[in-house]
Amino acid sequence: MTVLDTDLRPAEPPRYVMFWRRYRRNRAALLGLILFTLVILMAAIAGIVDSGDPLRRAGPPLTAPFIDASIPLGTDQLGRNILSQLFYGARISLLVGVVATLISILIGIVIGAISGYFGGWVDDLLMRITEAFQTIPNFVLLLTLVAILGSKIEWITFAIGIVSWTAPARMVRAEFMSLRNREFVDAARNLGVSNSALIFKEILPNALPPIIVYASVIMAMAILLESALAFLGLGDPNYASWGNMIGQGRAVLRTAWYCSAIPGIAIVLTVLSFSLLGEGLNDAMNPRQKQ
Amino acid sequence: MNLNIPPIAIYALRRLFQAIPVIILIMIGTFLLLKLAPGDTVDALVGDMGGADAAFIARLRAEYGLDQPIWVQLWRYMAKLATFDLGQSFVYEQPVTTVLLDRLGTTLLLMATSLSLAFSIGIVLGAFAARRAYSLTDNLISTLGLIFYATPSFFLSLMMMLLFSVKLGWLPVGGIKTIAGFYTGWDHVVDVARHLVMPTAALSLIYLSFYLRLMRSSVIQVADQDFVRTARAKGAGETRLMVHHIMRNALLPAVTLFGLQFSALLGGSVVVETIFTLPGLGQLAYQSVIQRDMNTLMGIIFLCSIIVILVNFLTDLLYARLDSRIELT
Amino acid sequence: MNTQTAPILEIKDLKISLPKGADRPFALQGLNLTVRPGEIVCMVGESGSGKSLSAGAIMRLLPEPHVSVADGSITFEGEDILSKTENEMRALRGNRISMIFQEPMTALNPQKTVGWQMDEVLKLHLNASRKERYERAIEMLGQVHIPDPESAYNAYPHQISGGQRQRVMIAMALSLSPKLVIADEPTTALDVTTQLQILKLIRELQQKDGAGVLFITHDFGVVAEIADHVIVLRKGEVVEQGSADQVLNTPNHPYTQALIASVPDLQPPAPKPLTSLPVVLKGTGLKKTFTARGGLLSGKRKAVAAVKDLSFQLHQGETLGVVGESGSGKTTVSRLVTRLLDADSGAVEVDDTDLLACTPPELRAMRKHIQMVFQDPMASLNPRKRVVDIIAQGPIVHGEDPEKARARARDLLELVELSPAAANRFPHEFSGGQRQRIGIARALAMEPKVIVADEPVSALDVSVQAQVLKLLADLRDRMNLSLLFVTHDLRVAAQLCDRIIVMQRGEIVESGFTADVFAAPQHPYTKNLLSSIPGRSWTPPVRKIDAA
Repeated sequence: MTVLDTDLRPAEPPRYVMFWRRYRRNRAALLGLILFTLVILMAAIAGIVDSGDPLRRAGPPLTAPFIDASIPLGTDQLGRNILSQLFYGARISLLVGVVATLISILIGIVIGAISGYFGGWVDDLLMRITEAFQTIPNFVLLLTLVAILGSKIEWITFAIGIVSWTAPARMVRAEFMSLRNREFVDAARNLGVSNSALIFKEILPNALPPIIVYASVIMAMAILLESALAFLGLGDPNYASWGNMIGQGRAVLRTAWYCSAIPGIAIVLTVLSFSLLGEGLNDAMNPRQKQ
Repeated sequence: MNLNIPPIAIYALRRLFQAIPVIILIMIGTFLLLKLAPGDTVDALVGDMGGADAAFIARLRAEYGLDQPIWVQLWRYMAKLATFDLGQSFVYEQPVTTVLLDRLGTTLLLMATSLSLAFSIGIVLGAFAARRAYSLTDNLISTLGLIFYATPSFFLSLMMMLLFSVKLGWLPVGGIKTIAGFYTGWDHVVDVARHLVMPTAALSLIYLSFYLRLMRSSVIQVADQDFVRTARAKGAGETRLMVHHIMRNALLPAVTLFGLQFSALLGGSVVVETIFTLPGLGQLAYQSVIQRDMNTLMGIIFLCSIIVILVNFLTDLLYARLDSRIELT
Repeated sequence: MNTQTAPILEIKDLKISLPKGADRPFALQGLNLTVRPGEIVCMVGESGSGKSLSAGAIMRLLPEPHVSVADGSITFEGEDILSKTENEMRALRGNRISMIFQEPMTALNPQKTVGWQMDEVLKLHLNASRKERYERAIEMLGQVHIPDPESAYNAYPHQISGGQRQRVMIAMALSLSPKLVIADEPTTALDVTTQLQILKLIRELQQKDGAGVLFITHDFGVVAEIADHVIVLRKGEVVEQGSADQVLNTPNHPYTQALIASVPDLQPPAPKPLTSLPVVLKGTGLKKTFTARGGLLSGKRKAVAAVKDLSFQLHQGETLGVVGESGSGKTTVSRLVTRLLDADSGAVEVDDTDLLACTPPELRAMRKHIQMVFQDPMASLNPRKRVVDIIAQGPIVHGEDPEKARARARDLLELVELSPAAANRFPHEFSGGQRQRIGIARALAMEPKVIVADEPVSALDVSVQAQVLKLLADLRDRMNLSLLFVTHDLRVAAQLCDRIIVMQRGEIVESGFTADVFAAPQHPYTKNLLSSIPGRSWTPPVRKIDAA
């Protein structure tokens, strides 16, 4: 008389369809996705918008926006085209953001996974090192690393990665600590699965979703760090960078505020897009949460 | 261990004990960084003097102990650090410790105002948004939080300067006090406060958004818990629920964040102090990088770490007091 | 009991609507019930039957607007509850209607003392001085038999045991002598001996005050223990209601009959002659002490002996039950014999090879002989793997050809009565019982000599539990499996186990054939345990209808 427990529910659509459906539900996240796509597009077509060096003189200095159609957003005090700097700046921001995030996540996963899986003295040691890194104010450490390594864009990216790995490491560690005693891990262990397979094939895939969501935060942070460095004149002088544009615009703030306002808005929108994207990913990956 | 020592003191001692390896790691780290930096103290001195002959340089190296094996150097460096001897700043021609202590007050003042502002406003707004979750008010507050979060402090600083100093002329553009003012007493306080308005706002907004978001999710989460339902079933009203049951529990994660954010906030002060020409540690850090004054830079790292460890220690003590589940016995 | 008195609570045609995405439009469809003074009305149903939401509706604490009362009336002492203002309701809650919840661990505010929380309800509804309130609170703590009321008053919830916390909840609920008490699964999270004490306590206090009790439960044993009147719910519909005697002993509706038939009876199987059979698993002198950090901040590590000197033998084709309450060390036993935890000392021999002396590679090879079925159907399957890969993983690790292993995994699905379509799905698409079947298939894939089952049915509804138990018993008999079966549920143990060992605080207090132990327990603890089984004096009526 009771429903037979063995009857299956109707099959669910594939995972990516479910993922997109849940992501779509958050309208702010859709906006984030659109903004993010725009930034990528800017970076991609920078070469088409302006095939020359964005740092060359393109017109009379301090031309206001919307006056000359060939320089739609005007020029700065050195006569450089703000629009093409903006597009090339998107490249630098994205490049630094993505690579620095990958570096920090990679370090974070390795340290966090080892620490959380094995525990004991290994965990103690790694956590003291993490704490030491966390204790030094990250921007001060970044300045120091840049002072030592120099201002080349590769080194800056590397340094940003180095100062941002502690948070993901702690997260991965916490995930591993809660997952390593989960019954499915015990079950796999009981089948004779080796430690490395347990770490990488059983636990890591389950620990990843929150890390992926957090990657959007690191990416936003990395972009903010890079632009702050460039603003202070410590960025790579050979590339157009939004932070650098704002820093240079500071000198003409009274007369030509658009020189710093335009790239500033670009940074705000880019960072905003990452936050919204992150929230959308969170909703899509943790369907347990309501609303 | 029953010597009638209050448990909180034992706990405090143990926490201090745990901080020692972290400090040692940081000391070793700064030493290695110093070694990585191109050029040592002698190079800097010689460069300052406009060159010298090889024999003199060698003698100087011996004098500074730079001809010793690396571990001897490390040992000496640590021994000096332990007595807060951070060496000479060749830019300021003073002991680094003196230079740092000179700047410490301004930075601490900026930290204290920013963090308390960010903390209190963030918590109130976050709790407010959570109680009206998914309403218009909540959307407004949350959007504001997102925008604060996305706005770099230097950009915000410039825009504030443009509006309040350049256009409106209400606030001074920089410095900690009016140079030729020679204010005393209450006037001095007001003067400093006026100089600190914009730096504080610029520095605190991003952290305000952190607290706002944390508090919002924390309150929503606690409000969903069984004991809140119990209190409701006892006939408690909404205000009572909020004050005694929800906030009391939802505040705990915010307190933890307080300690964690302090380090990031110190880092953020570099940019803000530089923009507003505030004579604090952050500005000093920037100048040291520009002038390649590595000794001072290392000193800043060391001092900042000590401050961060102290603040974390105090937050932990506070947390232990606040969370009655923690037993200090 | 006087059924002529005016009812305290009367619910008529209550309908509760659910939000759009839910599995059905109404959580409750036309509930009718009456609670009279001095009467205990039990609302029984499996998970998802809507029984907890009806309590929320009476208290007007539904998570509105997502879930709300769509139709019907609720009358409490002649007053219409649904038309009351929020202020009027607040005056009622905790005062004339009060509630006891399921989870004593989370139902009290962790940051306030027990006394503060008891005082709160008095302060809210009573115009009394601080001293009077204190005295009332202490009196109530005494009435719920808390040993030292004064010190309990000053304690924080985490400082007292789960059973005591539930007593505090009851003291709080009854401190203003409410007319109606709603108890939502108040004993589900408790051990069986504590459960009986709490049930007795509720009975005792309710009879003294003459309050009406609406008791929500899923457990027919508890119903038999406490109910005057029974309402059986299924997916929001009342399928049957009547006096306890009538529903329990002559159920009319087929669903009630099936539910009651699913309750394992207390008739253990006849003893098997075992001495002739070979021993497949042998534990000798197993010891395990946990050196847990004593709290977050204290440096002292206190040692807890989870298992002290345990020895046992499991014969071929036999089912050995390990029975005990929480903290008895029974779960630790399951982890020790599979070496998921390392024992401090002792030996676990599978076919004369000591598992505990194996090197890591040897151990990995040995693991195929001793497999496990886990407790939590949600947590025991990797959520990111397809079912076929979960089942085939073991054989593949041990060197079987992946294609063959997967083909065999599909066969195994059939063996555990699941459709082959299940193979390519992910674990979250299955119900709890189905996941347990997948877990069993995973264990069987290794063709083990021994299967260790750690509370495999404790998280399941009764009817599902019966089906999974039946499957396990069938497979055991067909494949001549040897089972080490860990459980807290004596009814389940009685149904499945040939022999049992009873554990208390890490030690075996009694062991023997299940039938013998149940018929004539020797140790006082076993006696207590057996006499605490809820509804032990009630024998479910003849099983005319098969559970499946």
